[in-house]
Amino acid sequence: MKILVTIKQVASLDEDFELRDDGRDVEADFHVFDLNEWDHYALEEAMRLKEGAQDAGIEVVVATVGPDSADEELRKCLAKGADRAIRIWSDDLEGADPVGIARVLAALARKEAPDLIFAGVQASDHAYGATGMALAGLLDWPHAAVVAGLDYSPGSPCATVRRELEGGAYATVKVQTPAVLTLQLGINTPRYASLRGIKQAAARSIETLSPAELGVPAGETGAAGSLSRVRRVYVPELGRAQMIDGTPAEQAARLASLIKEFRGEA
Amino acid sequence: MSGILVLVEHRHGQVRPVSLEVLGAAVQAKEASGERLTVAVLGARPDAFTEALKLAGVDEILTVQTASDAFDPDTYEAVSRALIQDRSPSLVLLPHTIDTLGYAAPLAAKGNYGFTTDAFGLSRDGDAWLATRSGYGQKVNMEIEFPGRATVVVTLRPGSFKAPDAGGAAVLGSFAAPPVAERSTHIEFEEPAAGGDVDIAGADFILSVGRGIGEETHVEQFKELADAVGATLGCSRPIADSGWLPKAHQVGQSGKTAANCKVYIAMGISGSVQHMAGMKHVENIIAVNTDPEASIFTIAKYGIVGDIFEIGEELRNHF
Repeated sequence: MKILVTIKQVASLDEDFELRDDGRDVEADFHVFDLNEWDHYALEEAMRLKEGAQDAGIEVVVATVGPDSADEELRKCLAKGADRAIRIWSDDLEGADPVGIARVLAALARKEAPDLIFAGVQASDHAYGATGMALAGLLDWPHAAVVAGLDYSPGSPCATVRRELEGGAYATVKVQTPAVLTLQLGINTPRYASLRGIKQAAARSIETLSPAELGVPAGETGAAGSLSRVRRVYVPELGRAQMIDGTPAEQAARLASLIKEFRGEA
Repeated sequence: MSGILVLVEHRHGQVRPVSLEVLGAAVQAKEASGERLTVAVLGARPDAFTEALKLAGVDEILTVQTASDAFDPDTYEAVSRALIQDRSPSLVLLPHTIDTLGYAAPLAAKGNYGFTTDAFGLSRDGDAWLATRSGYGQKVNMEIEFPGRATVVVTLRPGSFKAPDAGGAAVLGSFAAPPVAERSTHIEFEEPAAGGDVDIAGADFILSVGRGIGEETHVEQFKELADAVGATLGCSRPIADSGWLPKAHQVGQSGKTAANCKVYIAMGISGSVQHMAGMKHVENIIAVNTDPEASIFTIAKYGIVGDIFEIGEELRNHF
């Protein structure tokens, strides 16, 4: 069987950053890239299933939609034991929103025909929380969002998932497979890549595809396949705490007096 | 295309407060657009919820009889789609909750509706809707538009809007649910684990630790510090996920809300949306963090840029 894990190269911002001339994004020079935090958990859950059922011969395929730079994140997944890595890109995808990305992933999923698809609940940069479930919708597959526990025997027609709700509650749900699940932080403890794994991953090949090669029509690629468009990005006027300066001893003394004051002791 | 449609969520027989916030946003949208506001509620006994939805500005309440009160993504998606097809609303508002995460994106992607999530602002540009949300870990705001989309679906960030006042003169009606082939089955709810002697919701003074503590072995010294200053020890998600502290200590969306807290000290917590959802309302927040750009400083009353270990040790000398 096969598990497809969809990942994202996320961007955080340098301390001082500038907006692009068109005002619709931050200038790319100020991006600091990393693998989305949630995706470590999604990959780990796939690896856990693979290693827990050696006889099932589970293949773990990681895929992302992104430019060359995203190879780095795919290699992190290869280093942790993923079997194959696929990157899909064309410049048309630059303006894709989460649904635009999901259309490309859906085309890939039709080609790869996995038994399960794991995605992170959301990405740490823009936190749409939409791509994985949009993918499920486009494939018309059963799905469950915000999964904090998974019980699945390879080959079984359904999976039992524990969905994390607000306020520390959970709902347990049985979902037919093949299914798309978005996985929550804490569902497992992600492994670190071994030095040997990292070395080997550096030499592994990454399959690259274009949306056209996957049969995504031009009219559904990138901005054309998106359901939203960023009109402008701006730095919000934010509140700012009153800063307590000084040496650590001075700062702590002030903190102590604040605590005593709030508690009516001073 | 005209009208504003809201689908409300309920749990354990109660309309979820976050859905009332969405109604507050919908009333504002109605005032901006002059469009009619319809609220739909689905479940095994949907009539039980109508009283709670009779709020100022709501024009129509629709009950939709479905198989179960438990959330099922296929059911919510099918009912939403049928309502959109029947009413052709220009705007569909949903709460950005765990349940909505499970059906809003499939609804929008299949129906090709305009779509964005986790918005905390809504506005009107001519006869088009605009939504505002955060980007890059809340470092920027993004204004989102939906060119060419007759219907736009937006999920709204909890805590961003106020529920409308009671009253109003909503018309009651019912709407027939379309047939649904459910592909998942609800098995059980699990209530939050008992907290033992940890009562985040009841505590008036909380000292919380986050990723900044670095290692599990450091938990103990902050436990002692919390004891010394007389605070309840809280934590952010990564600490509970790692098993360094029981989940009962966790403050935030998936943990507990610091409902009665008067003083909240956040040590080594950068301030995710989810964490802040559980504590940003506290009047006196003091944040200690090495990163001067940490989001937590945007909601704190007082801030200390510094090392939480040094500050913690110095603080001990005063208690």
